[in-house]
Amino acid sequence: MELVLSIGIGVLTASGVWLLFRPRTYQVIIGLSLLSYAVNLFIFGMGRLRVNAPPVLEPGGTGGLLTHTDPIPQALVLTAIVIGFAMTSLFLVVLLASRGFTGTDHVDGRE
Amino acid sequence: MLPFIRYDRGNTDIETAAPLLLILSLAPFAGSLAAIFLPSDKGTAAAWFSGAVALLCQLLVAGLYPLVASGGVLRYDLQWLPELGLNITLRMDGFAWMFASIITAIGLLVVVYARYYMSASDPVPRFFSMFLAFMGAMLGIVLSGNIIQLAVFWELTSITSFLLIGYWHHNAQARDGARMALTITGTGGLCMFVGLILMGHIVGSYDLDAVLSSGNVIREHPLYTTVLILILLGALTKSAQFPFHFWLPHAMAAPTPVSAYLHSATLVKAGVFLLIRLWPVLAGTDAWFWIVGCAGLTTLLLGAYFAIFQQDLKGLLAYSTISHLGLITVLLSLGSPLAAVAAIFHTMNHATFKASLFMAAGIIDHETGTRDMRKLSGLFRYMPFTATLAMVASAAMAGVPLLNGFLSKEMFFAEAIETHRYNILDTITPYVATLASMFAVTYSLRFIYSVFFGPPPKDLPKIPHEPPHWMRAPIEFLVLACLVVGVIPAFTIGPFLHAAVQSVLGDSTPVYSLAVWHGWNLPLAMSLVALIGGVVLFLLMKSYLATSIEGPPFFRRLEGQRIFERVLVTLSWKWARWLERTASSRRLQPQMRILVFIAFVAGTLPLLLQGFKPSAMALRSVDPAFALLWIIGIICAVGAAYQAKFHRLAALVLLGGAGLVTCITFVWLSAPDLAVTQLLVEIVTTVLILLGLRWLPKRIEDPNDPELMNFPVRLRRLRDLALALACGVGMMLVSYTMMTRNIPDTISSYFLERAYSEGGGTNVVNVILVDFRGFDTLGEIAVLCIVALTVFSLLRRFRPATESLEKPEQQKIQNAFDDDHPDRKKGDSIAEYLLIPSVIMRWMFPVIGMLTAFLFFRGHDLPGGGFAAGIAMSIAFILQYMAGGTRWVEERLRIHPLRWMSIGLLVAMATGLGSWLFGYPFLTSHMQYANLPLIGKIPLATAILFDLGVFSLVLGATVLILIALAHQSVRAPRAQVKAARMAGKETP
Repeated sequence: MELVLSIGIGVLTASGVWLLFRPRTYQVIIGLSLLSYAVNLFIFGMGRLRVNAPPVLEPGGTGGLLTHTDPIPQALVLTAIVIGFAMTSLFLVVLLASRGFTGTDHVDGRE
Repeated sequence: MLPFIRYDRGNTDIETAAPLLLILSLAPFAGSLAAIFLPSDKGTAAAWFSGAVALLCQLLVAGLYPLVASGGVLRYDLQWLPELGLNITLRMDGFAWMFASIITAIGLLVVVYARYYMSASDPVPRFFSMFLAFMGAMLGIVLSGNIIQLAVFWELTSITSFLLIGYWHHNAQARDGARMALTITGTGGLCMFVGLILMGHIVGSYDLDAVLSSGNVIREHPLYTTVLILILLGALTKSAQFPFHFWLPHAMAAPTPVSAYLHSATLVKAGVFLLIRLWPVLAGTDAWFWIVGCAGLTTLLLGAYFAIFQQDLKGLLAYSTISHLGLITVLLSLGSPLAAVAAIFHTMNHATFKASLFMAAGIIDHETGTRDMRKLSGLFRYMPFTATLAMVASAAMAGVPLLNGFLSKEMFFAEAIETHRYNILDTITPYVATLASMFAVTYSLRFIYSVFFGPPPKDLPKIPHEPPHWMRAPIEFLVLACLVVGVIPAFTIGPFLHAAVQSVLGDSTPVYSLAVWHGWNLPLAMSLVALIGGVVLFLLMKSYLATSIEGPPFFRRLEGQRIFERVLVTLSWKWARWLERTASSRRLQPQMRILVFIAFVAGTLPLLLQGFKPSAMALRSVDPAFALLWIIGIICAVGAAYQAKFHRLAALVLLGGAGLVTCITFVWLSAPDLAVTQLLVEIVTTVLILLGLRWLPKRIEDPNDPELMNFPVRLRRLRDLALALACGVGMMLVSYTMMTRNIPDTISSYFLERAYSEGGGTNVVNVILVDFRGFDTLGEIAVLCIVALTVFSLLRRFRPATESLEKPEQQKIQNAFDDDHPDRKKGDSIAEYLLIPSVIMRWMFPVIGMLTAFLFFRGHDLPGGGFAAGIAMSIAFILQYMAGGTRWVEERLRIHPLRWMSIGLLVAMATGLGSWLFGYPFLTSHMQYANLPLIGKIPLATAILFDLGVFSLVLGATVLILIALAHQSVRAPRAQVKAARMAGKETP
């Protein structure tokens, strides 16, 4: 499991970074999204991979790391997903505005 | 949080009086804040008000004297960050008392003076507001019981003095002078700040009492010299010591009350204050002796020499101030307790006579319209009172017997003769001292003679006359003080001086005598030489000075200002431009490459240095289905990267694929909350980007594009690919190594154990978000709110590119089809298009609403929660837009995302604040289970209210972003019409 997921993270990172270097704004936006998947999975992975151990307790009970997976990376990633959405939308709008003002979709605003 | 008060001694008077320090230090700032709101024509009211504040402070200080007189220390502690040793501490001993009384008393006198000085056409309340703020900052310095706090007030004096010097900001000289003063004293202040932090580090505490009691530790520490130089940089720049003296004459562009206050009594004395305050800790070493001594002696002599050749009255006084500050610095450099006594004494004396002289100069300027000594003469017959007062004050400046300046100067001579160290600097001190005193006599005489004596003045801008009585009153008071202290020092200033000296020197307080007459001795002889020599020198130079140009001979070209400006231009213009040209680029791609490369190196280096070894890769326990899933994920990711240039829609679909794989991974690996949120966000993001796609330029792949064949392009791509692969492999190795290690015990177990018993929920992730770490979530939803507003406002001014304005290809075909068939109206095809899906979408609205409620209410116990519910609900709205079109939806639904966002933020804040009502910290949640009929047991935690706020805000923000983008297609036709009209105008 760990091997598969880490290869996945590596590929997502590499594709994201590659797109960051591209000249078109749309490529950069896709690259940032891929990179944020990679980072989210990476942070999530810091809680180690567990199957069938969601951090949801029995009513009235307590839990521990033996029976449940680590909730903190999940809480971090949950807000990161929402903030990532906000970032994507902001970037998309900047992209559109830049395209409207400069007439090009190059990241520098000129070819 | 209640202030924690620590009392220094068992003395009950001191205990009850300590909180008065808080009033004393807050009153000027409160006054400043109040004064700024006075209308600008209420100058007199502002003056009365500031006078009242200054008087209050003065009375407070005076009332505290009995408590510090016998060596008592008032202390008031306010805990701020006790974990970091940062507390707000106010502390007053005899020395701080002396300074506080100088600041408040002269402040009061200057307010009275300024009431008459300031012209009604200036914004006078602003002046008084800044004046009071400066006074508060100065009081803050002297009352600080914590050295970090001292540094903060120190910088505050730099800023307020900048504002005061630049008060007449329409005047270029005032602006330049203010900027120079700020640059120099501000830079010095920052150096001092570093020095103080280091000193606190050596001592282990930033508390002034702790610092003062660990002199030996500091002096023997290897960092002593560094600390010393840094702190001296602060003190010497503030006190205008050579080579940083040149800002002071340029600060004379300030209104005269400012000069009288800042440049004689307070601001420049802050440096001296710090030197004296830290004297027991830092002084007595060779480094101290040489640095402080050299700076002091040079300043003493050069200041006095330059003062002789000034033609501007205030310029003369400024250089004289520099010279006198040099005198105090020399005294402090000697390292003997008696010299320290003389330094403290001279600080007081100089403040009295120099403030009165500045005020007199201001009166002369005010009543004649000029400060040029070549134009002024014979004013005695017009203003005899002012003239007499100025004569007494300048006699004190020259050190004439029976005036206070004489006493401290005699002490200075006595100390100069003493041998403290066997070196050249110590040997020349008495000679330099005598010479500088001689110069002081010359410039004092010149000040009096050229202004008040000689023939009546010709072509003055105004006919001179005596000023209003109350404008002169502050001078009268100060001159009286000079006289009384000069004649009977032991009865007047004696006890105050003793209290000050004792609090600085403690047990090493020397025996000193404050008598006027010490018999025939060497210091007296030196005084006589200086007096006679000064008079002779003046007589010799009188005719030259009457017409000479400004500035001293030989040194005229060596202007500190020019060097300063050259340094400034070099640093902030030439070097900055060079750096920009060579090291930076305005193009984004190279910047990104550099950033990623640095991030890569910064990530790799520490790992390699610490001996990072990736875990051995092993194909253990790999679920084939999971592997298959990620094969799809990898194909999607690489495909998205490959297609993003020419096939945007394909890239978007592939990106969604990678997102879905991520989402399934979350489900697989026990993170249901993440999966829900990821899935919903995925949908919204895809819709969002789809909305944006339309406005991007068409790009059609051309296989014969010569650019592709280009060798440099290929090389560049290869380099990018290498860097991207390096990053990918690095991330892979790090995450694999990390994930295959055992998890250490973290705070996670705390959350798992307490989630139910303290947070009242079984879904630990949700409990963390809305309860344990609720404050973080509040910050995050605030960010979301800001982003949504930014998107909204950016799109309001959005102008789509003209070539994207046409209707999309598909709509054109549909419309053409409608036109070709006579039985169809235009627009029928669009309405019929996807008719069944759109009916389903419409009917999905209540269903999704139900799902939202479900997600929201179960959030505390099961996967779901405010974030997920908010996004789900926004999908319900966006579906309506897709099914019915913008106009259709907005005719039927009231959509106010801005309102929802503000309600969300307010509810979340109010929930947090609510816990204050019950005496708990911000965002403490309360919970209990309620048994509702039919529904059953539901958790009623205040956290659910907070989650409601999160829901409302997320819903509002998402809908706002999506709608703002969707509205573009409504606005676009309008823009198209407009563009067509413009084009039509141009063609004929």
